[in-house]
Amino acid sequence: MFTSYEFIAFILVLFLVYYIIPKKFQWILLLAANFMFYYSAGTFYPVFILVTSFSVYITGRILGGLDKKLDVYVEDVKMGKIPKPTREEKKAYKKKINQKKKHWMLLCLFLNLGILAVLKYTNFAIDNVNVLLDAAGKNSLPYADLILPMGISFYTFQAVGYLLDVYWNKCEVQTNFFRFTLFVSFFPQLMQGPISRYGDLSKTLYSKHNFDWKQVRFGLERILWGYFKKLVIADRMSVAVVMLTEDPEYYTGAFVILEMLFYAIQLYGDFTGGIDITIGIAQVLGIHLEENFIRPFFSKNIAEYWRRWHITMGTWFRDYVFYPCSLSRPLKSITTFCKKHFGMQAARRVAVYISTILVWLATGIWHGAAWHFVVWGLANGIIILISEELAPLYQKFHERFPKLVATWGYRAFQVIRTFSLMCCIRLFDNYGSVRVTMRQYLNMVVKFDIHDITKQELLGLGLSMQDYIIVAVGVLLMFFVSLFGRQGSVREKISKKPYLIRYAIFVMLFFAVLLLGTYGVGFDAQQFIYNQF
Amino acid sequence: MKRWKKIGITVLSVFVVVLIFAGLQRLVCPKYADDVLEGNFTSEYYEEITDHDVIMVGDCEVYENIDPMYLWKNYGITSYIRGNAQQLTWQSYYMLEDTLRYETPKVVIYNIQALTHAEPQKEEYNRMTLDGMKWSKTKYQAIQTSMCKGEKTLDYVFPILRYHSRILDLSKNDITYYWNNRKVTHNGYYMRIDVLPASQSDVADTEWLLGDGKEKEEEENIDDPWGDIEDPWSDVDADTEDMATEIEEPDDNLAKDSKEGETFGKLPMQYLDKMRKLCEEKGIQLILMKAPSLAPEWYESDEEQVVAYAEKYQLPYINFYELLEETGIDYETDTYDGGLHMNLNGAEKLSEYLGKVLTEEYKVPDRRSDSKLSEVYQKKYQFYEDMKKEQQKELDKYGKIVSY
Amino acid sequence: MDLEEIKEGVLDILEELHSDIDYEAEEKLVDDKVLDSFDLVTLVTELGEEFDVDITARDFVAENFNSVDRLVAMIARLLDE
Repeated sequence: MFTSYEFIAFILVLFLVYYIIPKKFQWILLLAANFMFYYSAGTFYPVFILVTSFSVYITGRILGGLDKKLDVYVEDVKMGKIPKPTREEKKAYKKKINQKKKHWMLLCLFLNLGILAVLKYTNFAIDNVNVLLDAAGKNSLPYADLILPMGISFYTFQAVGYLLDVYWNKCEVQTNFFRFTLFVSFFPQLMQGPISRYGDLSKTLYSKHNFDWKQVRFGLERILWGYFKKLVIADRMSVAVVMLTEDPEYYTGAFVILEMLFYAIQLYGDFTGGIDITIGIAQVLGIHLEENFIRPFFSKNIAEYWRRWHITMGTWFRDYVFYPCSLSRPLKSITTFCKKHFGMQAARRVAVYISTILVWLATGIWHGAAWHFVVWGLANGIIILISEELAPLYQKFHERFPKLVATWGYRAFQVIRTFSLMCCIRLFDNYGSVRVTMRQYLNMVVKFDIHDITKQELLGLGLSMQDYIIVAVGVLLMFFVSLFGRQGSVREKISKKPYLIRYAIFVMLFFAVLLLGTYGVGFDAQQFIYNQF
Repeated sequence: MKRWKKIGITVLSVFVVVLIFAGLQRLVCPKYADDVLEGNFTSEYYEEITDHDVIMVGDCEVYENIDPMYLWKNYGITSYIRGNAQQLTWQSYYMLEDTLRYETPKVVIYNIQALTHAEPQKEEYNRMTLDGMKWSKTKYQAIQTSMCKGEKTLDYVFPILRYHSRILDLSKNDITYYWNNRKVTHNGYYMRIDVLPASQSDVADTEWLLGDGKEKEEEENIDDPWGDIEDPWSDVDADTEDMATEIEEPDDNLAKDSKEGETFGKLPMQYLDKMRKLCEEKGIQLILMKAPSLAPEWYESDEEQVVAYAEKYQLPYINFYELLEETGIDYETDTYDGGLHMNLNGAEKLSEYLGKVLTEEYKVPDRRSDSKLSEVYQKKYQFYEDMKKEQQKELDKYGKIVSY
Repeated sequence: MDLEEIKEGVLDILEELHSDIDYEAEEKLVDDKVLDSFDLVTLVTELGEEFDVDITARDFVAENFNSVDRLVAMIARLLDE
């Protein structure tokens, strides 16, 4: 999607028109652009997004109205406009209002999650029912012919986030339906995120934007860098990844390790590249999107990894699933129950554990309607819990060997450990089958022989020697950019250099993408891995 | 002052990018110097400095079968072939339209073989035919009509988008022919002097033409007459092949050739009409022609349609299948690929006949007395003779022709 | 219950979570990731138990948890309601 000529032409025209028209119309232009984009992706897609947008908008207004009613009541009591109620009366009124709010919120929540669930998971459910029916010797059910609107998982989450924020009084109510729809449908993030919060995005989404050459330049640079990561590195690598995954029988043993490495490169380039393009487009338009990645492969443990990889999704699940879940009444009562019967240690864990597993189950299923995603999610959750359990042990180790722990080598070890662990978990997503993945785990150890990976085999993966060199150089480049990025913005640093150097970097990057990019005829510039989630 | 400096730097910056872009674009465009020489045909026309009385359009059935140098030498006819590998009817039309931007000939000959193709066939052939064309409205329309599903106009506007991946497998020829393409034709004629007798090749079932065609059994029909011969694209580097996979082409482009009893498609007929009208408008005599190729099979039903069309609009139609005796074509000596295309021998025989017809019936003048033309054609003839010698040298040395 | 008492109770619970943090000096317990999400959930449960208040998702924003004083203020407010 990002790599089609039409898309590039579309954003270029948009940039131009955006800064030509009167500034008060900028947001309207964006809204129109969203629907053009969405309509061209699928004729009926706008209908779905409008249903979500409208239902959440209306519910937001209702919730806002109820809050206002409560405020007026409190105010009236203060001013003595109505007879002073007793404490109980006051509480009852408040409860009544809150009850109403809850009902509206739940109604809207289930409507929207329901749409998502039906469209995305019906066939998965039918699939599983059929397995059972088959076992019972009955006829299987036919699959449903459903449309899966592009980006439905992303915009539904954005809308639901807003709904809950309004419900919890954490953000303001948007009273203009069209402005709200702009928030839900902002086109650059429909493909693979980031998932924005209304409170964050609304700060810059609706305002008037002057043409700021520095912002535009930074945005364009970021877009170009994104295309480089995606087209030059990820899409090139994907040729080999596809070969390796398509024939797990042949590519086993040491190749599984190779596969994990290649897939990590591909996924990183594709996903972070796509997000760079997204955030870059927004930046050119003067809109600030939250970062979605902060050098994730430098993480020292899995929990940290998930705070640095696909951040907006992680925080979404944390704020709207993990916290509400662990703070919910049922879990609180379970905690109390455990405290009574199993003691403090158990009680402390139970809420967190149940919520963690739930969150990762949800994260897994959100990524795709398939069992391997469920297992993938659970694997993440379980490893995070295990490391939580081992934390005191690490603590002791760190206290005993403070000097070792402080070394560069130990930190590198932690980073490599986390990277390898994530690569292993990612195999589920990679092979798309729990059974194959499990078998490959075993083969990886049992059939390991580094001599299997010969030059001839490598060249048999659809990549030439030059391709490997390009990928290697590209990976080094990404690595150093990440390293430089630790001490502040790389683009900021570049912008301090003389014009000639800045110009040369820009030109080189442009031609690198143009010539070395894997695009055009024959190269199915692969669909983004995060599309249609 | 400062402001002007800024503007100056901006202009310069943009200019440098454009320059690099153009330079790299030329670098990665295929030079068609090693394998598929056919890619050079279209652009060679623009190097012509003199006009022509006869313009021929069509596919390999013209550019390998008619020899303008022979026509000049023996009849004093100035002619040019604007033909390309699998040049489809609409492409022939636009090629003619393009030619008429520069000159107005007396006679236009169209080889009607391509009428059997009703839709765009193969991206690579499109590129070979169209890339070399100079930019004009004609080229734009030719592209629009020719594109296979999945092709993009932008890829024609900026060929770098199509060929960028060649940057990884550039060869010496990309430098050698950076500024000028290798010259390969003689007024559009692609010369081959080697011989592959039809009897020693199974590319074509000669029965239908040479034997008693009407009695042959259906089973003997060859579905894919070109299936066994070397595909001119088979030696193109694998990359180009890879790159084409996204474009939807008919599974086997040649299987699309007409079947017995099929009517010609709407699109080719529409463009044949356009060609006819264009010629009428400009007062040009249009002649239809069919080369005597053994494959793909030319069905009775195809023939009937052409004859009917020619009669309806009173167009002359020269079918060389019916003139084997008059021309003296011998499929044992006059073809270089077992009957698909003529070699120089065969081309000379067909040209001899055609020259006579053009001179006698259409009064195409003999221009050998024109001193300027003589001079120009003297040079052309030198190149022609040199190539003949070169090919003979290769034949003697390797037993086959390698670099043509 | 006055603010001093609340503060003492809050500090007790926090000390139990991590003994090596100087809570009085921290102003950004959440924003600087001094407390992770597991700590926060445990903290909320314990606070709820200790002071008999209902801390719901509504109150669960970083600014209520960033410092000891903010925590105390939140609990005081909840006790008042």
